[in-house]
Amino acid sequence: MSGQVPKLEWRGVDKAFDGKAVLQGLNLDVAPGRSLVIIGGSGQGKSVTIKIAAGLMQADGGQMLIDGKDITGAPEKEQRKLASGFGMLFQGGALFDSLTVWENVAFRLINADKVARKQAKVRAIEALGRVRLGPQVADLYPSELSGGMQKRVGLARAVAANPAVIFFDEPTTGLDPITSRAINALILEQVKGLGCTAVTITHDLESARTVGDEIAMLNDGVIVWRGPAADIDRSGNPYVDQFVKGLAEGPIKPAI
Amino acid sequence: MSEVPLALQPLRSVGKSVLDMLRTAGQVTLFGVRGVGALLSPPWFFGQLGRQLMGVGYFSLPVVGLTAVFTGAALALNIYTGGGRFNAEQIMPQIVALGITRELGPVLAALMLAGRVSAAMAAEIGAMRATEQIDAMKTLSTDPFRYLVAPRLLATVIVMPLLTLAADIIGIAGGWVVATKTLDFNGAVYVKNTWDFLQGWDVVSGLIKAAVFGFIIALMGCYHGYNSSGGARGVGRATTHAVVSAAILIFAADYLLTSAFTHR
Repeated sequence: MSGQVPKLEWRGVDKAFDGKAVLQGLNLDVAPGRSLVIIGGSGQGKSVTIKIAAGLMQADGGQMLIDGKDITGAPEKEQRKLASGFGMLFQGGALFDSLTVWENVAFRLINADKVARKQAKVRAIEALGRVRLGPQVADLYPSELSGGMQKRVGLARAVAANPAVIFFDEPTTGLDPITSRAINALILEQVKGLGCTAVTITHDLESARTVGDEIAMLNDGVIVWRGPAADIDRSGNPYVDQFVKGLAEGPIKPAI
Repeated sequence: MSEVPLALQPLRSVGKSVLDMLRTAGQVTLFGVRGVGALLSPPWFFGQLGRQLMGVGYFSLPVVGLTAVFTGAALALNIYTGGGRFNAEQIMPQIVALGITRELGPVLAALMLAGRVSAAMAAEIGAMRATEQIDAMKTLSTDPFRYLVAPRLLATVIVMPLLTLAADIIGIAGGWVVATKTLDFNGAVYVKNTWDFLQGWDVVSGLIKAAVFGFIIALMGCYHGYNSSGGARGVGRATTHAVVSAAILIFAADYLLTSAFTHR
C-alpha cells in the first residue's frame, strides 16, 4: 500500500448468520482511485463484504475503516454521514418502482441534497446521458424498461452525485453477453471518469477482467488470492484456477 | 438443550413462546419510538405525507362509508327489536348514535383500514425490502424511517379521526334511513332526539380511539413490511401478520380505552 491510507479497509471482519460463519476474519483493502473486483462462488460472503463497507450491515467482529476511520459500532447517523460519499449499483437494479426514471436518478439530489426538482431533473437527464440513455426515458417508470436499461438507470443513479466510492453488486448478472459488455464498458468509463474508488463483486470473469485493476478471490470467508487483473489466468492458486476454469473438482466445494 | 427432561419439554416450549413474544413486543416498541422520533426533527418529507394522506384517507372513504351505513342500518333494526321487548322502541335513535360514535364508528373504520391500509403498507414496504429498495435508499443518504415510516404513521393518525367522524355521520344516517323508511319514525324527531342526547365526549372519545387505532394500523403495516424476509413468501407473511396483529391490537386497545373512558 506504499504507506497510503486505504479508502476502504476490512480488518479481521467476522460475520455469521444463524450460527453459520460467512466472513471469518476478512482482511482486505482498496487504495483511493483503484478498482477492486471480488470474485468467488455463491454463498461465500461477497455481498456481505460490500454491504458491511456500505453501512448496510453490521460486522459481528473486526473493524471496517473508511479513510482510516473505524465505522464499526459508530452511531447510525455518523455511519450514514461517512457513507454519504458512496454510490451503489444493486444486482436487481433496486429502482424505486413508484418513481419515474428521472426521479430515481435524482433521488439523492432531491431528498438528501435538497436540490430543486427542476434543477434535479436537468442533472438526472445529464446523468442518464452519461450511460447512453436519452431524455425520452426520463418520464418512464422502471417497469417499462428492459433489464439492461434498468441497470443503466441504476448506474446513472449511483454516479449522479459524483460519489467517492462506488459498489457494484453483480452488475452483469441476468444480462445477455452484448448488454453485459456494454454495461462493463459504461462502468469502466464512469469509474475512470469520476476517478473514484470502485469495489465490484461478480461471478463474471470477463466483467472482472474489464472493470478491475485488481482481483481478489473470496472463499470460506477469507481472501485466498489477490493480484492484478491481468494475472488472473496465471495465478498459480488452486482456488482461482478452479474458478477460472469452472472445474467441479478442486478445493472449492460446489454450493449445491 | 438435550439435558431438559422429557417431562419438562412443554414448559420449555411455553417459555420460548413467552420470550419470543416479549422480544417481538420490545422490537415493535423500539420501532414505534424510532418512527415517532423521526417525526420530531427534520428532514420531513411533506410530499410523502401528502401522498399517504390521499392514499390512506381519501381512497378509504368509500369503504368506510359503506361499512358505516350498513352497520348503522342493521344496528337500528336490532335495537328496535331489542327495545320492543321493553316497549322502549323510541330510544333507538339515541342508542344508535351512542353505539356508533363511541364504539362501532372507530372500531369498524379501524378494522377496514387494517385490512386495506395495514396490508398495503406491509406489502409495499416488504416488496421494497425484498428488492433491496430500502438498502438503495440508505445508500442515497435518505433515512427509510423518515421517508417511509414516519409519513405513514402521521398520515394514518391524522386521517383515522376524520374517517371516523365521517363514519359516525354516515352510520347515524343509515339508522335514520331505516327508521324513517321502514319503522315509521319521524325524520325530524329522530334527528332532534339524536342531537339532544349526544354529548360532545361521546364523539370525542371515539375520535381519540380512532387516532390510537390509526397509529396501531400504520405501526403494524410498517413494522411487518420493514422486517420481512424471504422474498415473495415473506411479503405474503408480512401482510398477513400486519392485518392480524393490527386487528388484535385494535380490539385490545379498544377495551383499554373504553375502560379508561367509562367513568368520565
